[in-house]
Amino acid sequence: MIEFFNKLFGREASSSTAKERLRLVLMSDHLSLAPDMVEAMKRDLVDVISKYVQVDRTKIEVSFEQQDKALAMLANIPIVGVNRDAGGPRGGSGNGAPAASSAPTANPSAQASAPENPAPPQPAVPTPRRRRRKKANPAAAT
Amino acid sequence: MHVLRQDDAGGNGSQPHEQAPVATPAKLGRAIVITSGKGGVGKTTTTANLGTALARRGATVALVDADVGLRNLDILLGLESRVKYHVLDVLEETVELEEALITDKNSPTLRLLAAAQTREKDEVDTEKMRALVQRLRETFDYVLIDCPAGIETGFRNAVVGADEAIVVCTPEVSAVRDVDRVVGLLGNRFRPQLVINRVRPQLVKKGKMLSVEDVNGILRLPLLGVIADEPEVIVSTNKGEPIALRTDTKTAAAYHAIAARIAGEDVPAPTVEIKESFMGKLGSLFGGRRS
Repeated sequence: MIEFFNKLFGREASSSTAKERLRLVLMSDHLSLAPDMVEAMKRDLVDVISKYVQVDRTKIEVSFEQQDKALAMLANIPIVGVNRDAGGPRGGSGNGAPAASSAPTANPSAQASAPENPAPPQPAVPTPRRRRRKKANPAAAT
Repeated sequence: MHVLRQDDAGGNGSQPHEQAPVATPAKLGRAIVITSGKGGVGKTTTTANLGTALARRGATVALVDADVGLRNLDILLGLESRVKYHVLDVLEETVELEEALITDKNSPTLRLLAAAQTREKDEVDTEKMRALVQRLRETFDYVLIDCPAGIETGFRNAVVGADEAIVVCTPEVSAVRDVDRVVGLLGNRFRPQLVINRVRPQLVKKGKMLSVEDVNGILRLPLLGVIADEPEVIVSTNKGEPIALRTDTKTAAAYHAIAARIAGEDVPAPTVEIKESFMGKLGSLFGGRRS
């Protein structure tokens, strides 16, 4: 009731500011890896993904958010095209609907792209998917 | 690593003066460290009051002031004039443990081992400290260790002999952050339980203070108790008489509820009561400014 009136009169409680600040500060505390580690992780992540698709490195966003008891990592990696000479997991995947986001990592053999596996023919049609979301729950919060 | 601990040691308080043989202890008391990371949140007040409340239940309790260099627990218990020896005297074997234990003036089953005031934290031998707590556990139902602020040497020495932890937090961003850090350092071995101290229900209601739910929504620890910020606590500190000795305040009742919970009793979930006058309600509806 009182909360309702507070909202009605546009009064923001400082306790919610405190809660939000606390949430954020603890998140970075728990990721004691902290900024440079996150940067390195981002770079490695993109290196792997770049084997299969062309990504826009300048527009990558990595963020973390609390999901129940765990911290979730959200990576937003804009894909600008398919990498043709890569040993993509499946030649046909580019043909139809855009592949499910987890497709590239599904086939482990695809990692050894260059020498052993001759690259399977890639479809000429780049199917640029705009955004790709990758979720992982690595670091447990609290 | 330790001998199995009785879950409800001293809970019934039927043998308060039992002296367990040193060689083969019939039972081991529980060693609980009271810690917080941040200073000034009420660790020492909590230790004094829980010691008093547990002793009132008939349990034998040893309080160890591990805040070497900043002795305070004796003050809160009103025992400052009786301190002759301290924890370092015992660790360095210049005095017998029994001689250094001060008996509380209000609760005969409550004993205090004071901190050294003119010594430094690094002078404490960690392994000797562990052995001392172990020795106390053989005689007492509860050993409560009052941990200094910080997470350095003093913290390590306070924690080393304990097998359980109570973390004290106030509804402040800095205190919550520090508790989070301390809980991370403690790990799972201590099964830390939370006491939220100095809650001001009126402020919580007005949205000016983190609520119990806010704090524990973040820390997610078993909630042992909630203590309201009551002026009488200051009065009791002034007098050197823990508020848990009294029967007429809600804060005393809250400490006794915590003691009961520690002893394994199933007592209702901790809350703080919000009392607000009608005018107060009107004020917060129309006049109160949020900042």
